[in-house]
Order: sequence, then C-alpha cells, then structure tokens
Amino acid sequence: MSNLVKLTINDTPVEAPAGSLLIDAAKTAGIEIPAFCYYEGMSLQAACRMCLVEIEKAPKLMAACVVPVAEGMVVRTESEAVVKARKTTLEFLLTNHPLDCPVCDKGGECELQDMVFKYGAGESRFTEVKHHVPEKQWSPVVFYDGPRCILCYRCVRVCNEGMGVGALGVVNRGVVSEIAPSHGDHLECDECGSCIDICPVGALTSGAYRYKTRPWEMEHTGTICTHCSDGCKTTLGTRNGEIVRGNNRDRSGVNGEFLCVKGRYAFDFNHHPERLQAPLLRVDGKLEEVSWSRALQVLVEKFKAVRDAKGNVGVIGSTRTSNEEAFLLQKFARTVFGTNNIDHHRSGDVATLLDALSGKTGALGTSADCYTSKAVLIIGADLSQQHPFLANQIRANVRHHKTPVYVVTPGAVREDKTAKKAVRAGEDWLAAVENLKGSLAGEKELLVVFGDAVKGEGLRKLVALGDSLGIPVKYIALVDYANSRGAMDMGLLPDLGPGYHAVEGKAGLTLPQMLAATDLDLVWVVGANPLKKASLASSKAFVVVQDLFRTETAERADLVLPAASAYEKNGTVTNTCGEVQRLKKAADTVGAKTDLAIIGLIARGLGVNLGKVDADNVFAEIQKTVRGYNVPLPVIVTGGAAQTQPVNGRVPSNVLPDLIRSAGDTLFTTGTLTKYSKVLNEVMEGPGGLYR
Amino acid sequence: MTFSPQLEARFAELLTHYPEGRQRGALIPMLMYAQDEIGAVTQELMEELAKRLGITTLQVDEVTGYYSMLHKKPQGRYHLQVCTNVACMLRGGAELYDHACKKLNLGHKQTAADGKFSLEEVECIGACSWAPAIQVNYDFHHEVTTGKLDEILEGLK
Repeated sequence: MSNLVKLTINDTPVEAPAGSLLIDAAKTAGIEIPAFCYYEGMSLQAACRMCLVEIEKAPKLMAACVVPVAEGMVVRTESEAVVKARKTTLEFLLTNHPLDCPVCDKGGECELQDMVFKYGAGESRFTEVKHHVPEKQWSPVVFYDGPRCILCYRCVRVCNEGMGVGALGVVNRGVVSEIAPSHGDHLECDECGSCIDICPVGALTSGAYRYKTRPWEMEHTGTICTHCSDGCKTTLGTRNGEIVRGNNRDRSGVNGEFLCVKGRYAFDFNHHPERLQAPLLRVDGKLEEVSWSRALQVLVEKFKAVRDAKGNVGVIGSTRTSNEEAFLLQKFARTVFGTNNIDHHRSGDVATLLDALSGKTGALGTSADCYTSKAVLIIGADLSQQHPFLANQIRANVRHHKTPVYVVTPGAVREDKTAKKAVRAGEDWLAAVENLKGSLAGEKELLVVFGDAVKGEGLRKLVALGDSLGIPVKYIALVDYANSRGAMDMGLLPDLGPGYHAVEGKAGLTLPQMLAATDLDLVWVVGANPLKKASLASSKAFVVVQDLFRTETAERADLVLPAASAYEKNGTVTNTCGEVQRLKKAADTVGAKTDLAIIGLIARGLGVNLGKVDADNVFAEIQKTVRGYNVPLPVIVTGGAAQTQPVNGRVPSNVLPDLIRSAGDTLFTTGTLTKYSKVLNEVMEGPGGLYR
Repeated sequence: MTFSPQLEARFAELLTHYPEGRQRGALIPMLMYAQDEIGAVTQELMEELAKRLGITTLQVDEVTGYYSMLHKKPQGRYHLQVCTNVACMLRGGAELYDHACKKLNLGHKQTAADGKFSLEEVECIGACSWAPAIQVNYDFHHEVTTGKLDEILEGLK
C-alpha cells in the first residue's frame, strides 16, 4: 500500500495515495472536477483545460488531471477564478462548435451540453462566423463531423493505446486541427466504434445509429453479446421494439465499456428481412408456411411415433442458445427418447482441461485475470481477431502493469508487438512452450490462454508443464461462440451429461457420426447449422430445425420452427472463462418463439412433465444438478458474472481431438450469423491479418 | 526511397542521439533535412520515415501538419517568410508583406509558376529586436523596408 498524502480540497481534508492525480483524489472525496480529455486508464493529455483548479502557492490555475497530490496541498475547485476559467474554457470550446444539438445524435447525452448546462455561460462574446468543414464518412460505421470536435484526443488514445490499432490521429494545428483517419480519407481498422463511444460530443457518430432516434426515446436492456465467447455485456437501445444501438456506457459487465464491432453493431441480424416469422412445413417437397398450431401438431405426432417405435434419434444443439435451453434439450432427449445421440459443434477441449485440473483450486482463469495476471502465455490463438475482449484485457494489462506476455502462435498476431517473446509454432506448440519454460518459471504467476490446437493429450502435457513451473498457473480454454462453453457444461455431448458426469448407458453418436448414420428416423437441430458444409446420410430422417433463418440445414428440414434470438430471451449463458451471465430480453420478432418455449410446447403436446418451463425455474434446476453451477444467484440477477466452480473430480471423457475445431472466425465473421449482419458484410477489412 | 549518402549519414548520426526505443524523437530533424533535399514532405517521404522509425504514417502526418516549417507542397527556390507578428507589425511588417505580395504577385503560401519564389506570412521568427524581419530560406534580414526588400529580391538569382 502506497503512503497516504494529506491535502485539503475546498476546506475538506482529503487523503489520497501518493502519486495519485488531484482529479482522482477529488473524485474519491466526492468532489467533481469537470474534464473532457482526462479519461481513466488512458494516457494523460491535458488538452481541454476544463479541469483547472486553484492551488495555493501555485502562480496560476493548474490542470488537476496532471497534477499529482502533494502533502499539505490546499486546493479550491469552486473559487471565483476557477468558475470564471471554466466559463471561458467552455466559451472557447463553443467558438466553432455548431449549435446543432437538436439534430445531433449526441444531444441529450453530450458531455459538452452537460458541462455548458452546469458550468457554462448563457452568452458568448464571439460574433465571428463559425469555421465550418463538411462532415466526412470514414467507414460504413464511422462518421466524423469536424466542427463538433473539441480535440480532446480521447478517440486517438483509445485507438492507439486501448485497441492497439492506431488508426486515428490529429492533423494540422490551431483552428484547422482535426481528427484524421489512417488511410487518408478512410479508416482501415477494427471498426470497433470505441472512438464513437468515447467521444464526449457528437463529432464521431455511428453509421448504424445516426439519425435513428433521440437517446431518451430508447429503452435500454443490458444483455450478453451473442457472437464470440468472451461474454461482453452489451446494452441494447431499442426503439419501438427495434434494436438501434449497442454500447456499454454504464460499464456494467465483465467488459466495462469495451465492445468490438460485433457487440456494438452486429445486432442487426436480429431485424434482417429473412428472419423466419412462421413455421415452415415440407408439403409436396417444398417448405410452406404453416401456423404454429399446425406445426406443433405435426411435430408432436412425429415425436410420439418415433418415441413409441423406439426409433433412432439424433439431437444437435446450439453454441448460442441459453444454458436453460441446452439443459432442457438434452434432458428432453435423454428422458423422452432415451438417447445419448446428442452433440454440438465443439471448439475447445474444456472437458480435458477440467479433468487435468481435477483436485486443483483457483486454476481456472477469468476475464478479469487477463487484466491482473502477472504474466500471460497465449498458445495458438489470434486473440485480437477471435477474442477481442480478452485481447483488450491483456493489452490493458501490458499498458498498465508492464506484464510480460508470451506468444506461441502459427502466424503473426497483434500481441507480438508488445510481447516479451513471440514464437511461431503450430502443431509443435508444446515444444515451443517447453523452450520458454526457463522464462516462464521466473514469473510470479501465469495465465495460459489457449486455442483449439491444445487438446487431448497435448493439453494434459501442458497442465503437467504448468505444474512443474512451481508458480500459480491458471488456464482459459478458448471456445467459439456465446454459449459454446455452456453447451458443454449442460451436457450437449454424447458421452457426458450435465456437469461432465458420465452418461447412463452407452455413449451416443457424435455430430459427424449422426450426419453419417443412415438409420436415423428423426434429427432435431436446435440453433445449429451442421449441414452448412456437410450432408445428412440418413435420407429417411424427419428433420426438425429451430432457427432464426432458413439456413442450409433448414433447407433440408421437414419442419422449421422460427426461433427467437439471444436478444429476445431471458436466460443465462456461460463465456469461455466459465463466467455465467444473464441474458435479458430486449426485443421481439413476431412469430418467433424461444427455443425454451418450443421445447416446453413439444413436451406438453407429448404429455411429458419437464417441470415448469421458464428460464428462472430451469436455472434453479441447473444450479442444483449441474456440477460447478451452484453460483450465487444475486450476482447473476444483478447483472454480474459468476464463475462456475471447477468440477473437482475426474471427467470420464473420451475426447476425440478431431472433433474439437474452432470455426476460425475473424473480427468480422460470426459463423452462420455473418451472412445476416449487414454491418459485418459492409466493413471491408476482414478477414485477416490487418495491423499485425 | 533513396536519399543522398550525405543525408543517410546525417540520419544515421541523428539516430544515435536518442535512447534505444525512442528513435522516433529524431522525426522532426529528419523531416527538416529530408525536406531540404527533396523540396517538400511528400507522402512517399512520410511513409519512408514512418517505416524507419517504427511509427505509423499518420503519426508522421500529425507532426508534419503541426509544424509550419514543414511543407507538403514544394516551395520556391527562395522561400520568403515575412513576419507580421506584433513587434514586426508595429514597425511596418504588414505593409512589408503587402509589398511582397504585389512585387512577387503571390499570396500566402503560394509558389510562383517558375518555381523561383514562394511567399509566406509567418508568426514570430524570433527577430523582434530588429523588426520588421524577414527570412529567405535560412537567412535572416533585419529592419527591412520596402526599398530594402526590393534590393534583396533583386539580389536573388
């Protein structure tokens, strides 16, 4: 603990750690010093002059954002001189700032508006014509309106330091200074929109959101992004039931305010015109729209017949549906059909990791560990492309704590730039890690983040190597999608039930085995697209598909049921670190039902009692029955993330390493959903090796 | 992009002035010397220096745009800078500038078609004690009058 320094702010005694900034010390004491350019976690700029305060014995007003506290310092933040300086600063900032607040996207949540309201003058002495330049579009999602810009450099810093991209700069000087994009007239970057988010005024605006609504006309729902497996909280702004904005300005959730292009913009699939809004039944070889009651009648009859005839059933679950849905699906399959032919697209070897860590505590890394761990080892993963939030955490860790990062990847990655050591290795990653052993053992602790190349025996060897380092080691097994981890935890596996318990009876068929089997009578696909690049061998199978769109798999179906997206349901999902978070319903699509509701309706039709089918009730059952999921409910209910506990017992898994394969999405792809996101298709950078 | 051996040697020597990992500090002198040789800070030059210093072209652009003595467009063989800042203004700097404009038929930051002269109205050049002052390339001229300006211009070939 650093020494405390005693100072006085506005006649109030304040204590703050030595070296802390005056602006922070005041904040801790409940005294607000206004600022634009100062931004927690970013480098200091001292550009806006808004935080000027009076310090006794200092010859003039000082910028509180760059002055460290000192013993005996006497500070006034509301003295006459300070108040006057603030008014003048705001008057200057408004010299060329257009007063187009009524049509500005930022109006109503603009920091400049708020500051002028609180500290500014109602009048200006400037009568000169305002300097004006036309607005520019830099990318499908980023627009820049120069005159509104107050040159606080927040966007430049968040892009350089936060994202590690460096796509923004400030060119020219004086009144003609402006923010400039990396490629002359356009941006080539992550398109994450952090610059727009962090802009205190309406200078940077979002192509997806601009001119759609006034901020106060939206309803805000904090839910979990449905794309990659990092589990970022995205607060969806909806207007008249349509999602118009995604951001996380309230910094709730594991990700704080961070979001990538997917969390911020790729909610647009939700309103894609091709969303299914009525069930489709195959009639005379063609899929035709039918009513829900007709669809359910056909479905229940078929399920009944297959169940009674003890027919062969294959069930393929989703990497995006909620834990509750995954749990109920496997429960239905196992109890009603008595089958273990259940699987999903696997992308990380969590089962082997949990088994290898059996008996250890504190060995599972969280997203917070990526920021706090004293050393990080990345194996076989392009984090900046595939796990943007974890990559951001690690970048911040390096920036704030100078943490050594070791990179072992087949190709160049963005993390190389700040890595202590970057080694190129693909299949031979283990040898490369062994070569690093000397350096790794010298660290205080280690967080190992690994991709799909690390699985089966290799993973066991990695854990053994970790044990031999003699330091605390934590692991994160990377998986692909929002609930890839939950799908495994919930037992969408042929050999493991919920909580990685061995299944009763014989293990079922794996996903490829199901596709190859010729004797399946019924194939039930919930929120997956296994036939995207494969075909179903069993021609006699009746195929039921629950999905948002008419996917390749839906085209083969006999019955397609329109499903609600993750943004249209309540429930929980588990991110790649095993952190459970709550989905909250933000929107509705007419005609679509949640997979949970659909499973419930089928059960009712069959006269099967699965318990009360609602998200809370099923989660209560999960808490009771699934190993590791006895997490504190209040944490989740209040929008927090609760990490599942390790299973702490052997996992009787017979992992087939070949089945574990990441889809290899980039920043701009997201599996089947890619096709339906206009934004992801418009940004032209991806996929690939930008900024490496 | 290639530079003369003299300039390369100068660059190499310059870079030794800065601690390891902070070579980007050499950017401003590199830009100035390169501008003297090439005649302007071209896009190609910015890209080359960015590569050499391990920074982005945009970062070079930021510096180039900030400093008034760095020019993206080629200057005349004789670049005339007339100060009209307070001290010079009080002693006739503005009239001097107007005279130069008429005489050369050029405006602020303009270059003559034959490439001989270019003109710029500048802020303080640090010669207030001998105001009004002008600068032709790196040479200073003090206490300039319109007549003296004509002589200076005629003396330039």
